[in-house]
Amino acid sequence: MPAQTDISDSILEVPPPRRRRRRDWTGLLYVAPALVLVAVFFLIPLGMSIWMSFHAWPLIGVPRWIGLDNYARLWGDTSFWSALVFTIQYTIAATVGLLGVAFVLALMVQGEGRAIAFYRTAYFLPVVTGFASASLLWAWLSNVDAGLFSPLAQDLGMTDGRVNILATFTPAFWSVTIMVIWKMAGFYMVIIMSGLQAIPTDYQEAARIDGASWGQRFRWITLPLIRRPFALALILAVAGSMLAFDQFYIILNGGPQNQTVTVVYRIFNESFVSFRLGYGAALSVVLLVILLVLSVVQLWLLRDKGDQS
Amino acid sequence: MTATTIVGQDAAAPPRGGGRIKYHRWIFHIAAALVAILFLAPIFWVVAAGFRLPSEALQPLPPWPTEGFSFDSYVRLENYGQSILHYTMNSAIVSVGTALLTIGVAVPAGYSFSRYHFPLKGLVFVLILSTIMIPFQSILTPLFLLLAKMGLQNTLLGLILIYTTLQLPFSVFMMRNAFDAVPKEIEEAARIDGVKGIRMLVQVMGRLVLPGIVTVGLFAFLNAWNEFLAALVLLTDQDKFTLPVLMTAVRYGRYGSVDWGAVQAGVTIMMIPCLILFLILQRSYIRGLTAGAVK
Repeated sequence: MPAQTDISDSILEVPPPRRRRRRDWTGLLYVAPALVLVAVFFLIPLGMSIWMSFHAWPLIGVPRWIGLDNYARLWGDTSFWSALVFTIQYTIAATVGLLGVAFVLALMVQGEGRAIAFYRTAYFLPVVTGFASASLLWAWLSNVDAGLFSPLAQDLGMTDGRVNILATFTPAFWSVTIMVIWKMAGFYMVIIMSGLQAIPTDYQEAARIDGASWGQRFRWITLPLIRRPFALALILAVAGSMLAFDQFYIILNGGPQNQTVTVVYRIFNESFVSFRLGYGAALSVVLLVILLVLSVVQLWLLRDKGDQS
Repeated sequence: MTATTIVGQDAAAPPRGGGRIKYHRWIFHIAAALVAILFLAPIFWVVAAGFRLPSEALQPLPPWPTEGFSFDSYVRLENYGQSILHYTMNSAIVSVGTALLTIGVAVPAGYSFSRYHFPLKGLVFVLILSTIMIPFQSILTPLFLLLAKMGLQNTLLGLILIYTTLQLPFSVFMMRNAFDAVPKEIEEAARIDGVKGIRMLVQVMGRLVLPGIVTVGLFAFLNAWNEFLAALVLLTDQDKFTLPVLMTAVRYGRYGSVDWGAVQAGVTIMMIPCLILFLILQRSYIRGLTAGAVK
C-alpha cells in the first residue's frame, strides 16, 4: 500500500536517493506547462524579434538578410522619431495628470467609513472597464454631432457653435489624455493609498503633539514614507503611457494629420498595415530597449537612499 | 445610502467636535460626492444613451431616454456581421478559456515553487517573472508569424494561449505566495492520512488557496475580455472577432456614417460584465492589485 510506505518513510526519516530524485521530477513536472508557454509564446518570439530585425521580411516571400540596414534606415526615419516625440509628450502629460489626480484622490479616501468606501469604489470603477470600451465611449462623447462635450459647450455658451474637438491637435490630445486620467486615476489611487495607510499613525500623532502643522507633517512624514509606492506608480504610469495604442487608434485613428501616432501605433502600421515585418521588428527592439532603460533609470532615481548609507 | 452614512458618521463623531469641524466635514463630503459623480457619469451616460428611441438618438442632449425605453440600438447591432451574441460568445470563450488555463497552469507552478526542490528552480522562477518587464507589444510581430506556423492564426485558441502566457508572471507569483502562506503541518497531516500527488494539490491545498485562485482567475478573465491590440492583429476573419475588435469596426461606421446608438449598446455589453464581476469580487481584485504592488 502506498500509504504504508509513506508512513514508514516519514517515521524512519531515511529518504532513499531514488525517492528524492522522483520528487525532483515532480516539482519540475508541475512547472513544465508554465515553462513551455513562456518559452514558446515569449522567449522564442523575443529571439525572433531580434533575428527578424536584421532581415527584410515580407509577409509572403523569402526573408533576406540585410544586417543593420533596418537600424540605419530607422536612424533617418522622421516618422518614427516624431512618433517617439509624440509618445514622450503624451507620457509626460498623462503621467503628471494621473499621479497628481491619484494623489489627491488617495488623500481623500485613505480614511474609513461607508461613505469613504463608496467614494473609493466610485473612483475605481472606470479602471475595470478596459481601454477599448473606455476609448469607444470617449469617441462618442467627443464626437462633434452625436457626442456630449461639443453640444454641451455650445449650449452652455462656452463656444460659438459646435467645435469639433477631434479636428485639431491640441483639444484632441487633451481629450484623450483626460480620458486616460478618468479611466486610470483610480488604479494609481489604490497604489498610493496602500502606501499612505502603511504609515504608522503614531508618527503623525507625535508630530502633531510637537506642534507640526498639516503642511509640515505632509512634507516631512507623508512624502518621504510613500516614496516606494509612489516610485512603483511612476514606473507603471510611464511604461503604460509609452505603450499607448488603443485610445489613439480608436478615438483619433492617429489623426488629425497623423499627429497622434504613438510608437506602438507606428510598429502596428509597419508590421500589419504595410507588412514590412523586419522593419517592424527593428522598431520593436528599439522600443524594448527604450523601456528597459527607462525602468532602470527610474529605479535608480527613486532608489531608497537609506539602503545606500 | 450615502446620505444616511454621512449622518451616521456625524453621530459617531465626538460630540464636542465644534461647528468648524462639522462644517469642514460637510464640505469634504460634498466635494468627494461631486468627484464621484464625475467619475460615474460617463458610464451612466453610455448605458442610458443606448436605450434611447431612434428619434432621440439623433439629438445629442440629453444622453438618456426621455420619451420611453427602446432596445433598438441593440437590435441594430445584430446587423454587423454575425449576431452580437456570436461575438459576445467569442469574447466569453476567450476570457473563460484564459481564466481556466491560467489557473490550470499557475496553480501547479505556484505549488511547485513553494514546496518542491528541483534543479535551477530559482532561475526558472526569475525567468517566468521577468517576462513582465518586457512589453508584449514588442514581440507581437513574431507572434503573428509563429501562430501562422502553428496553424493557430485566426483561432480563439491561439489568443487564449497568448493571453495565458501574459498572465503567468503575475499569476505564478500570486499562487507561490498563496501556497507559502499555508502551514506545512496541514500537508504533513494529509500525507500521513495517505493523500499524495495531484490529489493533495486538488483536494487539500486547492481549498486553502481558493482566494488566490479567484484573484488569478478574475484578472485573467478581465484582461482577456478587454484586450484589444493582439486580438486586432491576430484575428483577421470577421467570424472570430472579439467584442473590442468588432466594436471598433462599428465605431468606424459603414458608408461614412457611424451608428452611435450601436456603439453605445456595444460599449454597454463590454462594460457590464467587468463592472458586475468587480463589484462582486472587489476584495479579490484589490488583493491582487496590492499583491502586485508589493512586488
